[in-house]
Amino acid sequence: MKYVDEFRDRAKALSLVAEIEQLVARIGRPLQIMEVCGGHTHSIFRYGLEGMLPKEIELVHGPGCPVCVLPMGRVDDCVAIANRPGMIFTTFGDAMRVPGSKKNLLQAKADGADVRMVYSPMDALGIARKNPDREVVFFGLGFETTMPSTALTILQAHAEGIQNFSIFCNHITIVPTMKAILDSQEMHLDGFLGPGHVSMVIGLDPYEFIASFYKMPMVVAGFEPLDILQSLWMVLRQIAEGRCEIENQYARVVADSGNAQALTAVGEVYELREHFEWRGLGSINKSGVKIRSKYAQHDAEAKYALPGVRIEDPKACQCGEVLKGLIRPAQCKVFGKSCTPETPLGALMVSSEGACAAYYQYGGGIKLNVRAAL
Amino acid sequence: MCLGIPGRIVQIDDAAKKLATVDVSGVRRQVNIACVVDEAHPVASCVGDWVLIHVGFAMSRIDEKEAALTLQILRELGEAQAELEAMRGSLPS
Repeated sequence: MKYVDEFRDRAKALSLVAEIEQLVARIGRPLQIMEVCGGHTHSIFRYGLEGMLPKEIELVHGPGCPVCVLPMGRVDDCVAIANRPGMIFTTFGDAMRVPGSKKNLLQAKADGADVRMVYSPMDALGIARKNPDREVVFFGLGFETTMPSTALTILQAHAEGIQNFSIFCNHITIVPTMKAILDSQEMHLDGFLGPGHVSMVIGLDPYEFIASFYKMPMVVAGFEPLDILQSLWMVLRQIAEGRCEIENQYARVVADSGNAQALTAVGEVYELREHFEWRGLGSINKSGVKIRSKYAQHDAEAKYALPGVRIEDPKACQCGEVLKGLIRPAQCKVFGKSCTPETPLGALMVSSEGACAAYYQYGGGIKLNVRAAL
Repeated sequence: MCLGIPGRIVQIDDAAKKLATVDVSGVRRQVNIACVVDEAHPVASCVGDWVLIHVGFAMSRIDEKEAALTLQILRELGEAQAELEAMRGSLPS
């Protein structure tokens, strides 16, 4: 197939790497580029892209995995909701194993709570429709990528007058967090690979301050290996030419203006919280959303009394330092010892998009397999 | 959840609710298409369009060649399996 052959053309990948090497030589200093999105982190490890790059380039794995940055206190809230009499608690599968302070949702289910995995919030609404005598809660999480799906589901529940359906909203927004990273004194980044599917919803405008105020280049990137290599090359080209712009490599999916219908639904249902707690990063101003009071009937936080306790991360965990790019996953004291994908201590080991889980799964063979993989 | 999967809209199920059936690698399921409907793309015109689907919602219209390409790559790399399994698991048996 013409397009597949082109896309998987090893020579093309290697020539991109050669171009990258030339740019690095021209720039003449070590560079730290952060991929913000967990999907990118996963691709980078899966295809062993780090091993292809010149040693001057360090990829810093950013905070863009919504499962990973969920604080334990919120998982405890989920368990408390799931344990209510008659409750059906629904969630994406990814969230089942995120550790709470005492148990995760999988353990709550084993202990008798009615916890059900669903593919879509629409499926959760379907369960509510079929069980009018029971309360159904959906665990809403994710960045702007999944925010429109829960907003539209709430609007649908509202339109149908389905009273027994609500969402426990843990949606977060990436831009304030990128700003917090840029303001951090500990980090010195040279550019960003921007999140592809968040940008599909919000467009490019919200990132403009990164180029204009922080003088940092950013390229919104797709998720295939060649997408990532090409985006990296675009970032380096900006650095070499002394430009700081927000560019879009993923134009086949991302419109510069974002998705108007999705943004309208999000704006109708959600408003910014004053602050939201991120695992490993702490509290970040205006980085989360909550459900507007107009839709309180569909807001689990408004309907049920929640423990809402802030739980410190386990002392041994260094997720925060990994998230900030201060240490590599394998440098964490518990990595691969007491913290593994089977029994994660830290959040970054939970989701396959977490830096530690990806590193654990693919880390060993990277340098050997990389060129064969493409 | 965040990666999404490309599929093709094969029929409109409920124009008012903007629900349509998509075909994803042979698996069919209903998704919400509200985010890809606008003045330039009324509901009825969406049949045949390739869309990127996240958690049961069509979030972006994509170029057909690009979609086929992405799907091929994802399938070969086993990446699509988790999404497809989740979709199959969500269908009434």
